[in-house]
Amino acid sequence: MSAAIRVENLSKRYEITVGKNRHDTLRDQIADAWKLLFRGNRNASRQETFWALKDVSFEVGTGDVIGVVGRNGAGKSTLLKLVSRITAPTSGVIEIRGRVGSLLEVGTGFHVELSGRENIFLNGAILGMRKAEITSKFDDIVAFAEIEKFIDTPVKRYSSGMYIRLAFAVAAHLEPEVLIVDEVLAVGDTAFQNKCLGKIQGVAKEGRTVLFVSHNMAAVQHLCNRVVVLENGRTTFSGDTKEGVDHYFKSVAGEQISYNPSHVDLAPHHPGRPAIYKPLLQSLEFFDGDGNPLCGGIRIGAPLKVALRFAIERALPDVDACVGFETLTGQRVFTAHTWFDSKRAPTACVGERIYVCEIPSLTLVAGVYKILIALGSAGTVTDLVEDAARIEILDSDYYGTGRSPWNGLIVLEHHWQLD
Amino acid sequence: MLTSSMGEPRMNNIAASASVDDLPFVRIEANASHRGLGLRELWDYRELLYFLVWRDVKVRYKQTAIGASWALLQPLLTMVIFTMVFGKFAKMPSNGLPYPIFTFVALLPWNYFARSLNQSILSVVGNANLITKVYFPRLLLPLSAVVSGLIDLAIGFGFLIVMMLWYQITPDWEILYLPLFIMLAMLTALSVSLWLAVINVRYRDVGQAVPFLIQIWLFVSPVAYAVSVVPSQWRMLYSLNPMAGVIEGFRWALTTSESPPVLSVAISTVMVLALLYGGLIFFKRMEETFADVI
Repeated sequence: MSAAIRVENLSKRYEITVGKNRHDTLRDQIADAWKLLFRGNRNASRQETFWALKDVSFEVGTGDVIGVVGRNGAGKSTLLKLVSRITAPTSGVIEIRGRVGSLLEVGTGFHVELSGRENIFLNGAILGMRKAEITSKFDDIVAFAEIEKFIDTPVKRYSSGMYIRLAFAVAAHLEPEVLIVDEVLAVGDTAFQNKCLGKIQGVAKEGRTVLFVSHNMAAVQHLCNRVVVLENGRTTFSGDTKEGVDHYFKSVAGEQISYNPSHVDLAPHHPGRPAIYKPLLQSLEFFDGDGNPLCGGIRIGAPLKVALRFAIERALPDVDACVGFETLTGQRVFTAHTWFDSKRAPTACVGERIYVCEIPSLTLVAGVYKILIALGSAGTVTDLVEDAARIEILDSDYYGTGRSPWNGLIVLEHHWQLD
Repeated sequence: MLTSSMGEPRMNNIAASASVDDLPFVRIEANASHRGLGLRELWDYRELLYFLVWRDVKVRYKQTAIGASWALLQPLLTMVIFTMVFGKFAKMPSNGLPYPIFTFVALLPWNYFARSLNQSILSVVGNANLITKVYFPRLLLPLSAVVSGLIDLAIGFGFLIVMMLWYQITPDWEILYLPLFIMLAMLTALSVSLWLAVINVRYRDVGQAVPFLIQIWLFVSPVAYAVSVVPSQWRMLYSLNPMAGVIEGFRWALTTSESPPVLSVAISTVMVLALLYGGLIFFKRMEETFADVI
């Protein structure tokens, strides 16, 4: 199979001026040149180079749907701009076979003074459609956008919903052989996001080549058959989607030290521990389903083990423990308590012990959660640490539909039926 | 889809494109734009040029009370003032023509030029939203600004016809040369704006300086006066201003009141072609940095 897109040793360098403000006016430039001539180079601003992309290579076969993933600043947008020919590479080559349609935003070039009808033609032409092509698709576009009545009204009188529907309708009727899509496209309300993703899926099914840039892992897992992972402007992975997504999660984990610690020592004067409690709890550990120390966040529905290490000098009766999950605003989402485990009888404890809480499937919506832990004896709290750690629940294709669970805090298995 | 695939073989969907070799092929690399002037690609994008011009024309007089009358009002008022100041008070020679006609014939190309130059210089920065989001030959932007000004010129011509009927002046066969001078005016505006539009991307000072530049330019162009008032030893230097050739050409083609301005038109043409060629190369070289700098 021939490659639809071939990227070879692609690099892009940006010059950034550090120290002083950029000189945006000739006057500044002249003033700087003056300084340079008569006072030496000391005060002149310094140019620094920054490689947004460095030696990136990959190939996309005809009909492939390739996901480009990476953290913010990894070079995704730069790659997108290069492939879309918006800016030129510093070195390297991109070869594209087929008509290219690139959607970096919807409604590019819309003019508010023009009517919906006029904007369909203008926007279509800007996206690379021929006039004849727009004319033939015109009715479909209008129907898709559901704006028949307002087609001759200036776009500035549209509600923002109508505006975005129209903009998307035009983009959705673009039929290039190679489609380049930015995830930013899928902003707006979630219904609109899903419409966008559904459309991309449709395009992919028709055998067109799609390059999809995203950090929505659920969408990538669902849509793409290949993944390229970018880190600091370099490709660190290129290949199968599942492996690629795993690779991405590992790379995310490596950098987010502040969240998702596998081990937290709790000092006696931990700021989250109210002064009235004895510092019995010593440390907190997280493990994944295989019993390995937690590395990075955990995906929606994945298992989690939490181990609480504590030390008791004089024996206490009926020692129980609790782990609470809270949103960053302090809303308790879920509490795991030894009381809720029917198989556990109250136990007296002394010395150094570890309570392990095992959650087979942590079905919380993606986000960062604060962990609260507490230890009690005979029904009274003896130690408690708020915000002892923060863990991140990562987006995943929990429902197997390509749609990330959204709206709300918990994720529950459910089924629908239409009668 | 059916209708489009009949007229536009390149636009077929994938199923219809028989072999991979038929598909358009793009190779993107560093300094790719240093090769050629990309005029062929410009032709491929002619429909977008049409839509950009159409947008400019549609939008220009939206939400104005008197609409396209502005296209007429500006040269008309200028004509009245010039007639008062230069015709009546200063009694400038007007080649034996009624002064209003004499100056209006010059104001037509001048207003077209001044407006096109201004719009064209600002066109690149003004369409930053397009430049950062979608690919097309950037040359379309200044080009569309220069083309869309022709509508105002046409409206002005309508009024000129009325005036010529009133003063009973009939143009002769020389009018056949008029398209040539209109072309020269277009190329003058385009060639200058190619340079300044690019510089304006980096230094917005240009935007500030343009009104001043146009004002000065008006004084060194024979709009309010006849070329005959320029001392003959300065004539050659004077003709280096391409608009001098354009305006002389307009007067000659429409009113036959002067001898054919062969020399000054020749100088103007050479001047414009040199500016245009250099401008195209400069623009091509710089256009790939627009999205990064704008």
